[in-house]
Amino acid sequence: MVSDAANGAFVEFDRVQKSYDGETLVVKDLNLSIGKGEFLTMLGPSGSGKTTCLMMLAGFETATHGEIRLGGQEINNIPPHKRGIGMVFQNYALFPHMTVAENLAFPLEVRKMGKSEREEKVKRALDMVQMGSFGGRRPAQLSGGQQQRIALARALVFEAELVLMDEPLGALDKQLREHMQFEIKHIADNLGITVVYVTHDQTEALTMSDRVAVFNDGRIQQLDPPDVLYEEPQNSFVAQFIGENNTLSGKVTKMENGRAEVTLDDGEVIDTVPVNVNAVGDKTLVSIRPERVEFNKDRLAPDAHTLKAEVLEFVYMGDIYRTRLRVAGKDDFIVKTRNAPDQRRLQAGEMLEIGWRPQDCRALDA
Amino acid sequence: MTDATAGPDVKTGPTPDNAIREAEAASGPVLAADGTPLKRSLQRALRREKMRALMLISPLLIFILVTFIAPIADMLFRSVENQSVSETLPRTVVALKDWDYNSGEAPDEDVFAAFYVDMIEAEEFKIHTRLGTRLNYEHTGISSLFRQTGRAVGRFDTDEYTDAFVDLNEAWEDPVTWLNLMQVSGIEDVLPETASAWQSWSRIVEENNDVLAEEEPEDFLYTTLYRDLMANGDAVASFEGDEAALLQEAAAAVGEWEPVSLKEQFLDIDEDWADPEIWGTIQAFSPNYTPGYFLNSVDLQMTADGISAQPENQRIYLLLFKRTLFMSLMIMGSCILLGYPVAYLLSNLPMRVSNVLMILVLLPFWTSLLVRTSAWKVLLQQQGVINDILVWLGIVADSNRLVMINNQFGTIVAMTHILLPFMILPLYSVMKTIPPSYVRAAKSLGATNWTAFWRVYFPQSVPGIGAGSILVFILAIGYYITPELVGGTTGTFISNRIAYHISSSLNWGLAAALGTILLAVVLVLYWVYDKIVGIDNVSLG
Ligand SMILES: Nc1ncnc2c1ncn2[C@@H]1O[C@H](COP(=O)(O)OP(=O)(O)OP(=O)(O)O)[C@@H](O)[C@H]1O
Ligand SMILES: [Mg+2]
Repeated sequence: MVSDAANGAFVEFDRVQKSYDGETLVVKDLNLSIGKGEFLTMLGPSGSGKTTCLMMLAGFETATHGEIRLGGQEINNIPPHKRGIGMVFQNYALFPHMTVAENLAFPLEVRKMGKSEREEKVKRALDMVQMGSFGGRRPAQLSGGQQQRIALARALVFEAELVLMDEPLGALDKQLREHMQFEIKHIADNLGITVVYVTHDQTEALTMSDRVAVFNDGRIQQLDPPDVLYEEPQNSFVAQFIGENNTLSGKVTKMENGRAEVTLDDGEVIDTVPVNVNAVGDKTLVSIRPERVEFNKDRLAPDAHTLKAEVLEFVYMGDIYRTRLRVAGKDDFIVKTRNAPDQRRLQAGEMLEIGWRPQDCRALDA
Repeated sequence: MTDATAGPDVKTGPTPDNAIREAEAASGPVLAADGTPLKRSLQRALRREKMRALMLISPLLIFILVTFIAPIADMLFRSVENQSVSETLPRTVVALKDWDYNSGEAPDEDVFAAFYVDMIEAEEFKIHTRLGTRLNYEHTGISSLFRQTGRAVGRFDTDEYTDAFVDLNEAWEDPVTWLNLMQVSGIEDVLPETASAWQSWSRIVEENNDVLAEEEPEDFLYTTLYRDLMANGDAVASFEGDEAALLQEAAAAVGEWEPVSLKEQFLDIDEDWADPEIWGTIQAFSPNYTPGYFLNSVDLQMTADGISAQPENQRIYLLLFKRTLFMSLMIMGSCILLGYPVAYLLSNLPMRVSNVLMILVLLPFWTSLLVRTSAWKVLLQQQGVINDILVWLGIVADSNRLVMINNQFGTIVAMTHILLPFMILPLYSVMKTIPPSYVRAAKSLGATNWTAFWRVYFPQSVPGIGAGSILVFILAIGYYITPELVGGTTGTFISNRIAYHISSSLNWGLAAALGTILLAVVLVLYWVYDKIVGIDNVSLG
């Protein structure tokens, strides 16, 4: 489903910049290609420019610099209503003075579609989101989740090929959100539409997307499929932002055949995979996922470096155990272990030797 | 798909509603811990709070009652109140009951006799002029007739009766005789008119701080005594109280005397007293409450033979009401047309800019109403700024300058300006609450700018239009100062007429009736508005 970004890109941002006030760049040099049928998520902390990107694509904000292309055609100067892009807003933006059916018929009406055809399409769209019997209600008479479905149906009813969603699930409770994630993904796959989805919920991004663009400070920090993003973060921001992460700071002391030896601040030496360190002497943050840390000697590779650790806290979380350790002078080092029959529960105050496979330990920028 | 969200509307598990439903389903009222019904113990618990709340609002409540409800009640009362006829001419009112206006003739001697006594007392208390003024609203000329009659009524030829009685017996000259006679119980059956006149006499004497036993009785008492003796000869004959002999002596003598016709006495003052119209008016306005003011308010009048239209040249009120409504609607319309774009601009500009603009909108509030209105005079008059510019531009000829003030146009312009903030403010506060995402959503769905505005933005701003319109319309319909200053003769409102009746013509009853009608029109329009637009569609933000 992921089409090659280089050729036949459906949506393209080419060196796009955006400034609201003429002083600061909110979006700095954005280059992004989205393939047809792709589900791309923009993920990032608040204020990182996600909505701004989406608004530029939809035509509500103009790019200060650069080109935005849709289906190969530059759309910078095309007004929003001619772009044919479906959009689901953060607060749904269902027209309060129209019924659900009228809301859905609106895009068809402005396209001068005949009444019978309109009604048929509205009905089909409502059925698609399982809201067939709600056509006569006002938006205010619907629950949050129901409004969300209607907003989705309205963005899809006029058969837009590209649908933009700005935190569409932000207002829903956890359970409903998970359910809607599944449903949106399902509908998008069935219809084969291209979706650009904005969220700052990383779980949402990881579970729904073909690719995730992690935004920070107006730039894309990393653009990769979810598994790559999680397992091979390209810099310390991504590593910190996606999932739980342990970091240890130190200095590169040796670089050879794809390995970097890092001396931690307290003098311990560990093996790492160099990701964006270049030379001996660089400061670095070493990143290790909590579930990749091992304290059972039998399971450790014989040549692995080990570190001394003291158990500070043990938390039982049902499916996993979460243990907080003091490692290399830092006392927020987390270890996660599966709740398996042979798994040991650590005791606070216990001293351990911990280690990991060298490829799980990535030396990132400091 | 998880179960909990399978159907959008399926609720499983208990909700707060369920608990209430179950509680209600259980038999009998719910009881508090101490066994009293829960409702009652809740009420008791809340009573103290309610009392305290009531005490807190009581100053406001009293203020509103005194300054708002009471004046309105007073106005409603005044618009129908009509006690001055029956208070001033009580005997005449009774005597006139049997008179038929359609006979085409003036009433008979009895009515004039009653009127004579009434006028004597009224003249003494100087209330006949007030009544004259009141009746003059209904029939022009009555006021001077009453004033003239008041001056003459004390000099009637009825002193002939006085002389005759005194000639007959010196005792009739003595107030004590009268006093004794009038103290006899049942005297009002024997000498009904005299007894009634005596009461007037005692009020007059008391008013002058004199003593009844020392004041010489006046002519009218002798007149009524004469009339009673003539009418009730039998009753007098069988009368057995103090002074019975004296009375019977007189009764035997009166038949011989030359009668003095009171009707002629009145006609001598003014021939108008023979006019049935005058008496018809008095008769028509005898009741304590009258629809007369309301009839006048709609260019009708109550005459002796029913309701009829006012003479052509006095029909102004319906025209004024229509004009007031029409001009208020025009003002409301122009406020909408001018205010909507301004409010739209204000609500869509960045906060900093819109705050500055808002000050400009509010600026008129900080200038005196008179200054603003006078400014329009300067601008619009024939030698004014606008005409000068138009002449200078050659658009109008110098000889043909536009008349833009002291007419409807001037009033509409000046009042639109004055009332514009009342349209802009509610519009602005409603528009402020319309999130920009609605219009964006409409555009993303394919609507052009105009469609997005008209189909999505405008309907949501309607509550603001509603609120602003009601505000402006109701303010306009009762506006007074501006039309007074720039309205000339064709641009005045009904309120100017009300003010005229309150301060110049002093016809408060008519002013009250006009005010009541105005109030009713506003309430009816409000009701119609509620039916058509719905009052819950009105929002001040
Ligand atoms: N209309 C605007 N005028 C000026 N600055 C703006 C405007 N809209 C956004 N910004 C600024 O641009 C930056 C990026 O905003 P944007 O809305 O794109 O963030 P976001 O990533 O969508 O954040 P969030 O997750 O909170 O929605 C922010 O610093 C914001 O203050
Ligand atoms: Mg956003």
